[in-house]
Parts: sequence; structure tokens; C-alpha cells
Amino acid sequence: MQSYRVPVQIVPRPGILDPQGAAVVGALRTLGFETVQDVRIGRFITVDVSADTPQAATESVRSMCSKLLANPVIEDFVLEEPTLQPDQRT
Amino acid sequence: MKFGIVTFPGSNGDYDAYHAAADALGQEATYLWHKDHDLQGSDVIILPGGFSYGDYLRAGAIARFSPIMNEVIAHARRGAPVLAICNGFQIACEAGLLPGALMRNATLRFVSRVVNIRVENATSMFTHEYFNGQVLSIPVAHGDGRYTGDPASIQQLEDNGRVVFRYCSSDGLVLDDGNVNGSVNGIAGIINEEGNVLGMMPHPERAVDPVVATPDGLGVFHSLLSMVAA
Repeated sequence: MQSYRVPVQIVPRPGILDPQGAAVVGALRTLGFETVQDVRIGRFITVDVSADTPQAATESVRSMCSKLLANPVIEDFVLEEPTLQPDQRT
Repeated sequence: MKFGIVTFPGSNGDYDAYHAAADALGQEATYLWHKDHDLQGSDVIILPGGFSYGDYLRAGAIARFSPIMNEVIAHARRGAPVLAICNGFQIACEAGLLPGALMRNATLRFVSRVVNIRVENATSMFTHEYFNGQVLSIPVAHGDGRYTGDPASIQQLEDNGRVVFRYCSSDGLVLDDGNVNGSVNGIAGIINEEGNVLGMMPHPERAVDPVVATPDGLGVFHSLLSMVAA
């Protein structure tokens, strides 16, 4: 077994009102960033898992996202590529 | 009638719920620790307000997996009453007992004050002591109370009389002004398809005594009581 780090981005689904994002759009425009069109604020999570392959690591974190890390009613999630972590047991 | 009130780490509405059931209503009430697996013969389960698990990840997301939730879900599936208030509403949505989700208030501000809600369905087991269109003054205290869901589920709630409370003005008009958190269609409380789970953001258990607020929340408890007595 290896240790893999799987980064996960969780963002509000399209069409879901994101008042934090809207407030930040207003602030950016006030600062003169007139080109800003939209801001969506989500969360970024890294999960370290033990797995035999990067594919298995991805699959287990995908399952964690469906069950707990994201709420499918309001959020979408994107899994990034797993990276091999140094073995912390030694 | 016996009320079982679940205490999660971070619950703060459990004492108020106990007071409503035991003192205002004069019924048996007991606290149920979230790590237990025994509802102690409770007829009605209350998921109280608060900040279970510090609202980490999402409000209610972690409490939903507390050990006692297995029994609470089984209790609900049997058709027995579950009253889910504020954080309890968030937990019930996360647990799939109710559709939709509760997100950060549109104003981004925590709101703690007495609001007006209108009774939209006075036939449910939680509301039949009220009348349709009755305006209640009931406190809210939440930062994540904006009810939302996919358009199809919202339509289903509306078409089937499952929206039981809506934020309104003092004269009962549903306006954006009275919608304290930006909930879709001003939704303040809903029931599940079977009608035995009520989720609401306002606190009826904090409105059972005119000394602290209004007695307008009593109707929820009296409705439950007369339903079982009948």
C-alpha cells in the first residue's frame, strides 16, 4: 500500500446563489477590477489515503465526496490527480 | 406522550425543547445522547437547534452520522413524528429525511430576532391547531437558514402542500422584505412526503411562554399532543 494525497475542489452548483461570491465581486469592482464577471467560493480539501494504485485512491475519495464531503443538492466536486506521498510510517 | 430530545455536541436548543415539552406542555421528556442507540420509548423525537460539531464542513453534515441517527431515521421511516428545528432541520436535510439543503443566509449575516411566519398548511400533524393563513411571531437564530433545492423538488413541495410555514410581513404578506434569509419562495418550514417529519428554521420551542417571546409556537406542540391523544 502507498499513501496518496487527493486534492478535492468543492464548488456551489451552477444556479445556486452564492452570496459570498457576489459580495467579493462587488468588492473587486470597487477596487477597480472592472473585468471581473463572476466569483464562486467553495472549499478545498486534501485527503491522504492508503491505496495500491492512484486509481484506487481516486475512487475511494470519490466515494467520500458522495457520502460526506460534498452535498450533491448544492455542491459539485472535482478530484485532482493523486500524488504519491512519502511513507509516514517509517 | 413522551418527547425524546437528541443532544449533539454543540446543541443549544435542547433545554428549550425540554422546557416546551415538559413545562409548557406538561408531558414526559428525556434527553437522548447522540452516541446512544436507544430512543427510550419516545413518541416524538426532537432534533434541536444549535451548532452540532461546530457546523464543520456543512451545518448538520457530521451530526447526521451520529450513532443515534440510525434509530431516529428508523423512527421516521415507521411514520413516527420527528420535529427538526433549526440545526435539527439542517441535520434532517443532510440525513435525507427532508429534501433540499440550508445554505448561508443571503445577507451573509447571522439573524437573531422574532420574525413573522404564515401557516401554509394547517392540516399536518404539527400544525392542525393553527388555521391556514395564521401569522405567528416566532424567534429565529441562524446563519445558515436559506432553504434551497432543485426546482423540481421545490415544485413538488409546493404542489403537495408540504410547505407548512413561510416568512411573511406582520399582516401575512409574503414579501422579499420579510424573507430573513433569502429562502426560495420564502420557505420557513416543510414536511416530508408522509407528513411525519417537520423541518423549520424558526424556534417554536422558544415561543411557548409570553414572558420570553410569544406563545405562538405552542400550537406545534399542542398539535402533536392532540394528534396522538385522538
